[in-house]
Amino acid sequence: MNAAPLVALVGNPNAGKSALFNALTGARQKVGNYPGVTVERHSGRLVLDDGRPVELVDLPGAYSLDPGSLDEQVTRNVVMGSQAGERRPDALVVVVDAANLDNHLRFTLQLIALGLPVVVALNMVDLAERDGLTLDADILARELGVTVIPTVAVRRRGLDALKAEIDRLVAQERAQAVASADQIDDIVTLQRRARRIASAATVAETPTRRWTHLFDSVALHPIVGPILLIALLFIMFQAVFAWSQTPVEWIEDGFKWLEIQAGLLLPEGWFRSLITDGLIAGVGAVIVFLPLILILFLFILVLEATGYMVRAAFLMDRLMAQVGLSGRAFIPLLSSFACAVPGIMATRTIDDEKDRLTTILIAPLMTCSARLPVYTIIISAFIPDRQVLPFVGLQGLVLLGLYLMGIVGAFVAALLLRRTVTKGASSGFMMEMPKYQWPHIRDVLLGLWSRALIFLKRAGTTIALTTVILWALLSFPKPPEGSGISPVDYSIAGRIASGIEVVVRPIGFNRDIALALVPAMAAREVAVAAIGTVYAIDDTEHEGGQKAMTDKLKRNWSLPTALAFLMWFVFAPQCISTIAVTRRETNGWKWPAFMVGYLFVTAYVMAGITYWLAVFAGL
Amino acid sequence: MAMLSSLETLPRRQPATVAAIDWAQLALPEARRLRELGFDEGVGVEVLHRATLGSGPIACRIGRMTVALRRRVAASIRVAPGA
Repeated sequence: MNAAPLVALVGNPNAGKSALFNALTGARQKVGNYPGVTVERHSGRLVLDDGRPVELVDLPGAYSLDPGSLDEQVTRNVVMGSQAGERRPDALVVVVDAANLDNHLRFTLQLIALGLPVVVALNMVDLAERDGLTLDADILARELGVTVIPTVAVRRRGLDALKAEIDRLVAQERAQAVASADQIDDIVTLQRRARRIASAATVAETPTRRWTHLFDSVALHPIVGPILLIALLFIMFQAVFAWSQTPVEWIEDGFKWLEIQAGLLLPEGWFRSLITDGLIAGVGAVIVFLPLILILFLFILVLEATGYMVRAAFLMDRLMAQVGLSGRAFIPLLSSFACAVPGIMATRTIDDEKDRLTTILIAPLMTCSARLPVYTIIISAFIPDRQVLPFVGLQGLVLLGLYLMGIVGAFVAALLLRRTVTKGASSGFMMEMPKYQWPHIRDVLLGLWSRALIFLKRAGTTIALTTVILWALLSFPKPPEGSGISPVDYSIAGRIASGIEVVVRPIGFNRDIALALVPAMAAREVAVAAIGTVYAIDDTEHEGGQKAMTDKLKRNWSLPTALAFLMWFVFAPQCISTIAVTRRETNGWKWPAFMVGYLFVTAYVMAGITYWLAVFAGL
Repeated sequence: MAMLSSLETLPRRQPATVAAIDWAQLALPEARRLRELGFDEGVGVEVLHRATLGSGPIACRIGRMTVALRRRVAASIRVAPGA
């Protein structure tokens, strides 16, 4: 035993576990994954008073040891000592919400029965007091038979006492054999015991949660509630695009500078081309989305931390039920507007397997931020900049139409999927609605930081690798000197494009598009750069470059072709990262293969319909 | 017993007590989650909000917790008036 002792934080959802974890470990945390499942493993280092380190792991919130969701499964396996890649914890810190004792104590009783050393953190005692609830921690400790420490994680109250108790627990020899799950009493018996203990420990009680009820009477109002939700979403999308402009420009300038510097440093040749055209341009094209993603996540994290997100799910449940989903699917789908990858990862909280699978399969239909550069350039080239109504331009209207197309497509897809491949009893919607809370800047920032790290790591590995491969496909083999064949045409990618062209010709696509579709598999926005390369315009960012590109597009593409191209991008599953994360989340190739298949077929059919309708309409 | 109403039809803001739960009406995972959220005979319950008119979910207080559930599930929970 030379490794630092492992202590797990465990408790119900909404017990304030993560806040306590952040308060105990500060910035010394690591986000990883449990092997085989994509549940995140949050761990951090806690230094005891005598300097000895303890590894603290924050387990996903669970209601009991009888797992409903993937997250809960991991929690159960870790405390039972059967999670692959994780040691059995040496002690547990059970976090309970002081204002919700009767419910949270049931899980506590289950955990205590396991026989591991336990300390109970009676968290958020300040809020409970404000709520008119006075508790006696000593009575609670006596009833439970373990130490109980009142804490307020966000104000760092009780942390020293908690650390001292952790110290005492990990120093103990582990004596008793550990109970197995089936020796533990059934849930009803435990629940009744929990209620009895909670009422014994409650000194005074007044009706609950005045503020939360007040807010809810607005947020959940049958008429005002939905209006508020739409307004919030509107502000969110406005902010994502408005606030991100400046940082996006900085990043673009930074990468351009890097490209120039690398160009100056490296000798002319294939290696310079690999570094500048391949690596820097490719990775840069993806990293520019970091500001958009962070702003969107900022909103999502704040909405989650305040407790509003569950209210949004509540309001959306009826609509989602129409297509066989539940309100819970709303949260991952909302995230997918930034990027389908975190959206698909967020489906883990959905209990029902079929429900979760359906949500994963439709997530790519939410218009992610990577489609925006493609939409923007085609719209500015082909859609006249005309006012249809005061303040409503035709270009903006078309853009909105493309977003709506994706949403409608997703709903239709969900409806069909739920009747065929993901058929099953209509899943339920049952969710605890936590009290409203003021979000803590520190917790939100830590959340954002871990998102940024995940994204940058991905850009540095998967995306860097794919862009290098694509660069190679576009650059080799070189045409013979003086043959007059363009290098792109002669390259492997060019030859692949010739094959694709045969297939996409019937839906109005030309060779340039066929060529752009290959690199767009890595990241959709690369399509713009690829078309630019085909037209030998090396820089689409400059005013002149952009203008030249739209002129070339207008000359080479008909309007029906352009419209078909836009429609293609609404549906096409064009992004390797999405396919990869789907494979990880569904444990195999079956579902990503199905997703790619159904989305390509839909994209092909929809683009074809658009093209031929436009041709017959004489556009 | 026949006079008991269900949580689905219980008027808003009228404290009641869970009298019985028709577990047979519920799917297994649903029943488990309902128990975990604290639904049990003898527990105080109150309807707080109903989503859009018609078929949306309802939000209710159970013990000290607020829980959202669908009407079909609420219909299987029999309640007696009074806390």
